[in-house]
Amino acid sequence: MGDYDYDLLVLGAGPGGYVAAIRATQLGLKAGVIEKDKPGGVCLNIGCIPSKALIHQAELMRCAKELEQIGVKVDASALDYGKVFAYSRKAADTLSRGVGFLLKKNKIDLIEGKGVITSAHEIQVKGHGKVTGKNLLIATGSRPRSIPGFEFDEKTVLSSTGALMLEKLPKRICVLGGGAIGVEFAHIMNAFGVEVHLVEMLEQLLPLEDEEAVQILVRLFKKRSIKIYTSTKATGYTKSGKAVKVSLEGREGKQDLEVDQILLVVGRVPNTDGIGLEKIGIKPEKGFIPVGDYYQSSAAGIYAIGDVVNSPALAHVASKEGEIAAEHLAGHQTPARLDPHAIPGAVYCEPQLASFGYTAKAAKEADLEFEKAVFPYRGVGKSVAVGKSDGILKLLVEKETREILGAHVVGAEATELIHEILLAKSAELLPEDIAMMIHAHPTLSEGVMEMARMAEGWAIHV
Amino acid sequence: MAEQVLMLALSPTMEEGTIITWHKKEGEAVAQSDIICEVETDKATMEYESVNEGTLLKILVPAGGQARVGDPIAVVGKPGEDIGSLVEAAAKKAEAGAAAGGPQEAAAPAAEPAQPAKAEAGAEKPAAAPVSAEPAAAQPAQAAPAATAQAAPPPAGGLKASPLARKMASEQGIDLRSVRGSGPGGRIVKRDMDKALRRAASYGPAAAVGVAGPTIAGTPVAPAYISGGGVLATAGPTASGKDEQIPVSGKRKIIAQRLSESKYSAPHYYLRIDVDAGAMMAARARLGARLPKGAGGKVSPNAFLIKFVAETLKKYPAVNASWQGDTILRFGKIDIALAVAQEDGLITPVVRDCGSKGIVQIDRELKALIDKALSNKLAPEEYSGATFTISSLGTSGILEFTAIINPPGSAILAVGRIHKAPVAEDDGSIGVRSQMMLTLSCDHRVIDGAVGAAFLSDLKTMIEYPIEHLY
Repeated sequence: MGDYDYDLLVLGAGPGGYVAAIRATQLGLKAGVIEKDKPGGVCLNIGCIPSKALIHQAELMRCAKELEQIGVKVDASALDYGKVFAYSRKAADTLSRGVGFLLKKNKIDLIEGKGVITSAHEIQVKGHGKVTGKNLLIATGSRPRSIPGFEFDEKTVLSSTGALMLEKLPKRICVLGGGAIGVEFAHIMNAFGVEVHLVEMLEQLLPLEDEEAVQILVRLFKKRSIKIYTSTKATGYTKSGKAVKVSLEGREGKQDLEVDQILLVVGRVPNTDGIGLEKIGIKPEKGFIPVGDYYQSSAAGIYAIGDVVNSPALAHVASKEGEIAAEHLAGHQTPARLDPHAIPGAVYCEPQLASFGYTAKAAKEADLEFEKAVFPYRGVGKSVAVGKSDGILKLLVEKETREILGAHVVGAEATELIHEILLAKSAELLPEDIAMMIHAHPTLSEGVMEMARMAEGWAIHV
Repeated sequence: MAEQVLMLALSPTMEEGTIITWHKKEGEAVAQSDIICEVETDKATMEYESVNEGTLLKILVPAGGQARVGDPIAVVGKPGEDIGSLVEAAAKKAEAGAAAGGPQEAAAPAAEPAQPAKAEAGAEKPAAAPVSAEPAAAQPAQAAPAATAQAAPPPAGGLKASPLARKMASEQGIDLRSVRGSGPGGRIVKRDMDKALRRAASYGPAAAVGVAGPTIAGTPVAPAYISGGGVLATAGPTASGKDEQIPVSGKRKIIAQRLSESKYSAPHYYLRIDVDAGAMMAARARLGARLPKGAGGKVSPNAFLIKFVAETLKKYPAVNASWQGDTILRFGKIDIALAVAQEDGLITPVVRDCGSKGIVQIDRELKALIDKALSNKLAPEEYSGATFTISSLGTSGILEFTAIINPPGSAILAVGRIHKAPVAEDDGSIGVRSQMMLTLSCDHRVIDGAVGAAFLSDLKTMIEYPIEHLY
């Protein structure tokens, strides 16, 4: 280690940073992590985890409607959203403490305070002075992106953070941004009885997802009275009393929408300013830190991973990148980077949507010769039994080699079902391998098997 | 644990290799990618890079020895390990292979139950043992020989490959044993197949559409450009009065197979034209005088010919093309091969992208390639995938001949000796010129007679009056 405090000094204890530190320690390095907030990053504290807690509560609310079908009346008027909020915070705090525990267990120092890089081996931490590392890993993550005219005040215009911190729900909300975060919040709010208007600038909600899968989600959203505006831009808003008027401009012209609050979820900005990148000669491109193989930055011995590099801003991507960087640093054999076609995406709403790899559109644009198989949920006994028969399992397969190019599942438990297909993709199994494997009956996973059989031309239940 | 080092298929068509030299000695450490030995394949001498790691414990096939693809050639492991059983198994395998007369892969799993019997009988009668036994053990005989080896299934045991990789291998006719796995635990995965396919593709477009394997010269050949090359002279006295059986080498087998394939499947026709080589030879002399001494020696007439052919091909893309079954592939580049005779066969080193190179550059590249060809050092990508081939027997004094097309190309130019000959001049008088007979063999599926004729006649003017092509 020489004269440095650590072999690896990580800036940021999010799902990228803390995982990298643990992986480095497993491989025999000494690691320290600097965090200005709570360990766990956005994901754990103001992202994935609390939002999933809310989604769970939202699903319970929706189950109440199912209970009514069998004569049980649930009194939803007694709903105390403050308690829902408290439940989500508890989940976040528990897990954040869990990360602290994991760090301690691995003998990783958590250095609390804001860190600014001062040289290639040194980070100045507020309240701690300088900390040195033989190698640095930048994992400072990202923050919600605002757009001109819609600056966050967390009262009228909420960011995802603000929305997660609400202790009281508005009656009406306009969600600007139809990506995964926007769609999830639309689902949550709608489940708790909020009037939801969901606005997307592009032609399709979840623009990067497969069209056929999204169509099913849109249909079910509309059934739940979520108002969807695609190819629509918000040009500004005005306040009148307690209400907010949002000006929308769509294909059919302009309209004003009266709501109580605006939730702006149009992406995230990498946190690459004010952390001292200029001291080590790193010039961000569009805010992102340019990286080469193994997530090495242009500065020798300095790695960057997660939302600060130009890859999908997903917790599981950051974690994997962190592992790769740590493994490379420890001289361990590891892939140079993630395979972009093997990254699962998951949208946790109802129906759930999960996918990886090529969409049909992307495969066409790439001039790939492919076949698709689309198996409906209702062909799976379990889905009918549990009243979740809306949805499809879609598989794209290269025509000659039968390589799995992508999969798109929309419906109940899609975010869990996707992994069997992704394992097949990663291990380079072919549809016939899934098709031939016995799946327990009755499970939703049978749908995965039937989808694969369909690709091979012999689905049974359709 | 100690592992056997297997003979790999170092070229897609290789079935057997001869170890030329061992670079590592028994007891020496071996790392991945270390060159452990040199192997003479069917076409060239290749370096064998280790896929194993450890200490070279035992060399099973000494320098000069032969091993079939898949046969163990050495054992690598930790010093002091007991490798007795591995060495024994290897010996049995080699024995079984020699007896069955076919590649080994099928023998491994199938012959397993029959082993006790083999051990007994094998001691006295090795020839009979492995093929007798049980029905299962008879398989090696079926899953056998030469020509089908490319598409042979991977050995059931030992070889790890993902289902996708296996599928790609069977579709593209790549032998999985020739592919090095980079996946978990050395599993062969898609990226390894992609690499292997790229390698195969560099052998020629034909490989890319499924006929994996290098393409081979389809032409009689002389020491093309090397003058006074006695490479073909036989060493000993002949005609001893007794018939002699010469074993067919791997290279000879391939030459036989490829040339037969070409001659039987491509409908050949031949066009002949007499060309005045005077201008070309004069230009060559002028160029020779201008080049600084020691700049690589005299420029070969073949370099001139290659350039003239390349320039003419630019005008006739239909001739720079390949029959692909459902389609005709017009090549984007002009890669011209020159047939070169070797002691034990022939080979066609390829000068790439001749359309964009000058005569001097072509000449230098050609010289380097021929040097390599004569020392058996050409890499597969240096002798395959020619879009057009030239064969010259002029230095042997041959006036004219016809050649067999060298796939994936669709035409081959046979060049006769440049010689002084009487020529009837336009005014009726008789003159003496440096004449050269060119014979073009064309694949009629790709090149119709009129096209071939126009090409050849343009080539003639190109050689005689190159200036006309600038008009």
